[in-house]
Amino acid sequence: MSVKLGVPSKGRLMEKTFDWFADRGLILSRTGSEREYAGAVEGIEGIDLVLLSAGEIPRELASGRIHLGVTGTDLVQETLVQWDQKVEPLAELGFGFADLVVAVPGAWVDVDTLDDLDAAAAAFRARHGVRLRIATKYHRLVREYLRRGGVADYRLVDSQGATEGTVKNLTAEAIADITSTGETLRANHLKILSEEPVLRSQATLYRSRRAVREPEHQAVLSALYDRLGFEVRNRVTV
Amino acid sequence: MTGIATIRAEAARLRARFEAAGAQPVDCAILQPAETLLDLYGEDIRARAYVTQDPSRGEQMLRPDFTVPVVQMHMAEGAEPARYTYAGEVFRRQEDHPERASEYLQVGFEVFDRADPQAADAEVFALFEQVLKPHGLRAATGDIGILTAAVQGLKTSERRRAALMRHIWRPRRFRQLVDRFAGRSPVPATRAALLEAADPLAGAAPMIGRRSAEEIGERIAALREDAAEPPLAEGQVALIDAVLAVRETCAFALDHLRDIAVDLPAIHDAVERFALRCEALYQRGVDIHALDFEASYGRTSMEYYDGFVFGFYAATQPDLPPVATGGRYDALTRQLGQGASIPAVGGVIRPDILLRLTERTAA
Repeated sequence: MSVKLGVPSKGRLMEKTFDWFADRGLILSRTGSEREYAGAVEGIEGIDLVLLSAGEIPRELASGRIHLGVTGTDLVQETLVQWDQKVEPLAELGFGFADLVVAVPGAWVDVDTLDDLDAAAAAFRARHGVRLRIATKYHRLVREYLRRGGVADYRLVDSQGATEGTVKNLTAEAIADITSTGETLRANHLKILSEEPVLRSQATLYRSRRAVREPEHQAVLSALYDRLGFEVRNRVTV
Repeated sequence: MTGIATIRAEAARLRARFEAAGAQPVDCAILQPAETLLDLYGEDIRARAYVTQDPSRGEQMLRPDFTVPVVQMHMAEGAEPARYTYAGEVFRRQEDHPERASEYLQVGFEVFDRADPQAADAEVFALFEQVLKPHGLRAATGDIGILTAAVQGLKTSERRRAALMRHIWRPRRFRQLVDRFAGRSPVPATRAALLEAADPLAGAAPMIGRRSAEEIGERIAALREDAAEPPLAEGQVALIDAVLAVRETCAFALDHLRDIAVDLPAIHDAVERFALRCEALYQRGVDIHALDFEASYGRTSMEYYDGFVFGFYAATQPDLPPVATGGRYDALTRQLGQGASIPAVGGVIRPDILLRLTERTAA
């Protein structure tokens, strides 16, 4: 059995991942037709490339079906309970930067901090009889962040896409979403709170702590870690 | 490992004790409408309870406790006064503690009685103490009512008192607000700029969403009023801190709180209710000279309690969750009573924890 490396199956994240490995002498490529999600690794023998949706990579790592995987910090921390017991970050890849932030309408000149957001939520509930809605797909991270920030009287509503549009569409009063430049937020008349973001995320290479290691994997991983220039401590098997 | 049959038998035994104490056995649906619970506990409940979707009934929750449905049942159809007991599973998500049980039994005893609330507090506590006596547990007690009375009595604006009341159950946020009102923490630069601006809404982004320009204007007016308000006096902060720091046996705590009440007369009535409760406990044979009282007890985990609170712990096994918890929840009956309300107090025992204690002691 080969060592399995999971990488995002499409888009800029896939291209940048391929570039990152290519800079280190490993050629990742898709095999077969454009539409087929199969791949190959040249440069070291014994590694299988598995192309997956970035959102599925955390679960595949946690279940041990892949040994290594590239995905965003945000997805790992949102998807995996006690993520640090299931995966270990080996390297931050220096792209795919994005912050998970809380944003409110730019017109809310009175709301700039979590303290403001909490006060606005209390007044909103008193007036409208319902809790202030925050649209997001990062339920766990955002709930924990708002709990630590002492925000009450809000409710999270699920939004799996086009989250920036929910305020204008009256399905939420505020949002929590991933942004890299803030451009889409501004275009939708939203502003980011002046607080530490919920999370600073970037594309990261993770190692599964759960995957079964077979004896022949050790040499393959050693060669890979040499090529990637990792410290020796990362080679210790669990 | 204790089998489920053994735990059920223990639950039945405990429920029989509560029945013998005059309680009528009741049961509740496992699936509860999520909306009621979300309104009471806020979004945090989603992290602690299992939410499921029903195509026609909407969001449902696996009951995280019995108190809410028992209160609803009593408010809808109960005769007064009433004593209820129940035994059944509750369900709790354990995101951060996968090692803890996500499904366990609770056996409860709840009293709805207007006649003498302090006597009812003492009745419930004394019953729990008696039932749990063979296990040699440590009891902790507190009184959220004294804390809320202290906040209500602060010499500051109604708005600040309301903000503090809202966060009594979030000690960190409460402290942050006290610091801000006392002028101990700096005003954020954006807040200062907002307060100074002649027309804060000038040049702002277009209005979108349900929160209106009027609401924004109201908050700015409120912030300006608050900025003009003198800081909360250090003496007032010291009084709140003094109340929160009370931690001794009931008899000493009562003396101590009466001293504080000289400078903070707003807590006088609440402290005298505590005195009546101590007397009622004493009448029922509880040793109030040995019973611990902590003014801040029950602040973090028991959001619907608003008066007497208590818990029983295995003193020598701090890794175990509390064996029993309970308290007074008058406000909850008001929230769920659609106009009606009734003084209510109760508590639950976890038979599984009780059995684990017995096993460990035997081992």
